[in-house]
Amino acid sequence: MAQITCKKLAVGYGGQAVLKNLSFSVQRGDCLYILGENGCGKTTLMKTLLRLLPPVGGSVEFSDGLSPNDIGYLPQQTLIQRDFPASVSEIVLSGCQNRCGLRPFYSKAEKALAHDAMAKTDVLSLAGRCYRELSGGQQQRVLLARALCAARKVLVLDEPVSGLDSQAAANLYQLIQELHREEGVTVLVISHDLSAAVQSATHILYLGHSTFFGTRQEFLRSPQWSALKGVRNP
Amino acid sequence: MSALIQKLEFYFQYPFVQYALIVGVLIALCSSLLGVTLVLKRFSLIGDGLSHVAFGAMAIASVLHLANDLLLVLPITILCAIVLLCAGQNTRICGDSAIAMLSVSTLAMGYLLMNLFASGPNLSGDVCSTLFGSTSILTLTSDEVALCAVLSLLIVILFILFYNKLFAVTFDENFAQATGLHVRRSNLLIAVVIATVIVLAMNLVGSLLVSALIVFPALSAMRLCKSFLSVTICSALLSVFCALTGILISILAGTPVGSTIVATDLGAFCIVYVIARLSGR
Repeated sequence: MAQITCKKLAVGYGGQAVLKNLSFSVQRGDCLYILGENGCGKTTLMKTLLRLLPPVGGSVEFSDGLSPNDIGYLPQQTLIQRDFPASVSEIVLSGCQNRCGLRPFYSKAEKALAHDAMAKTDVLSLAGRCYRELSGGQQQRVLLARALCAARKVLVLDEPVSGLDSQAAANLYQLIQELHREEGVTVLVISHDLSAAVQSATHILYLGHSTFFGTRQEFLRSPQWSALKGVRNP
Repeated sequence: MSALIQKLEFYFQYPFVQYALIVGVLIALCSSLLGVTLVLKRFSLIGDGLSHVAFGAMAIASVLHLANDLLLVLPITILCAIVLLCAGQNTRICGDSAIAMLSVSTLAMGYLLMNLFASGPNLSGDVCSTLFGSTSILTLTSDEVALCAVLSLLIVILFILFYNKLFAVTFDENFAQATGLHVRRSNLLIAVVIATVIVLAMNLVGSLLVSALIVFPALSAMRLCKSFLSVTICSALLSVFCALTGILISILAGTPVGSTIVATDLGAFCIVYVIARLSGR
């Protein structure tokens, strides 16, 4: 059943559309990669899907019992966070906030959940450390652990490997794939990493001069893919 | 030394000194709690802007000869805080310039109003005491102390109840909103509380110096501590300590209360900065 459905969606800022006429849907358990060049509107699309921006036209609908409370989000890092005095465990635990409602403090179950998430992303040993003193890769894993705490049904990742070296990036992709396969979480990834996409995606949304949406197999037969391959291996 | 203690004992007999100490401690506590959030959200100047708004509102209140000017000053300041904090992100005029515009225009309007409708013979004295809070803390009535105590207690309780939400919204507003938190509501609450704190703090240090109370303890604590909880606690302790020390010094040395407290805060920040440098943080 479709969890997220976009109909004739146009996204952009201040009424100016960057992308127009997007229609696609995401089913439960899908792994959708959103690909495209820099500046083609990937992050704008993501922000619209997450309801951080209002759509310029068309609609985004959540169905199958999906509410924003079920979504985990790994954003690109902001400037504020670079010198934010917070410990790793505080940050990961804040991912449980959408389970709290009006309750002011975290329950034992939520603390256990945060503990598990830190174990999964291998940051348990850093739990008491200060976030701003960690390396870029460690920070990214901390934010991923926070996203895991929040993701009950859908996990949204914006450029998850930006700023990571190739080994750390490979580990992160591995982790994302495990989460997708073993926990059945729907995963949406923004990326310009083609090889990762054709390895692990079930569906691909390609944004560019001509937009493509379909399964991975369909993408491998599409003109967009041949054009990209041509660019990569002339 | 014993002469100093004797002098202090002598002053402590007076209720106005006791009131000043109680109010000073409460206000210092409240302002430092929210300071951490404001500094981290890059809103340090909002205290400054809002206190100028409060000055303008106070001028209107004095022109209208209101018996209790808090009734007018508080709503106006809260309204401006909401406009600045909540609408600030999506408007054409962005954050800091909106604050600059609002603060200078209310300051100018306030002074203009006071000049046009001068109520007393000592206009510049009135203005000076509103701006620098020179003596007002020593002339508090027991009613004002009670009001201040109730509001401070309310702010502390609210802060504790919303501490975790405040952290989530401060650390990453987009994440909080995307995962279904009511960010607008939290920002609204922050705006209301910060406006209340500023109006209260004007009694203590005057409107030009309010942002020192908000910013200094948070900045000092951020140098020393590494988790949000420890930064919050440390800045609260530091702020209360500096306020107490400042008030005592001002009583003993006969200096203006507000600027002495701010000077103490500045001194504490310098000491903390040196300690942090030496210990390599």
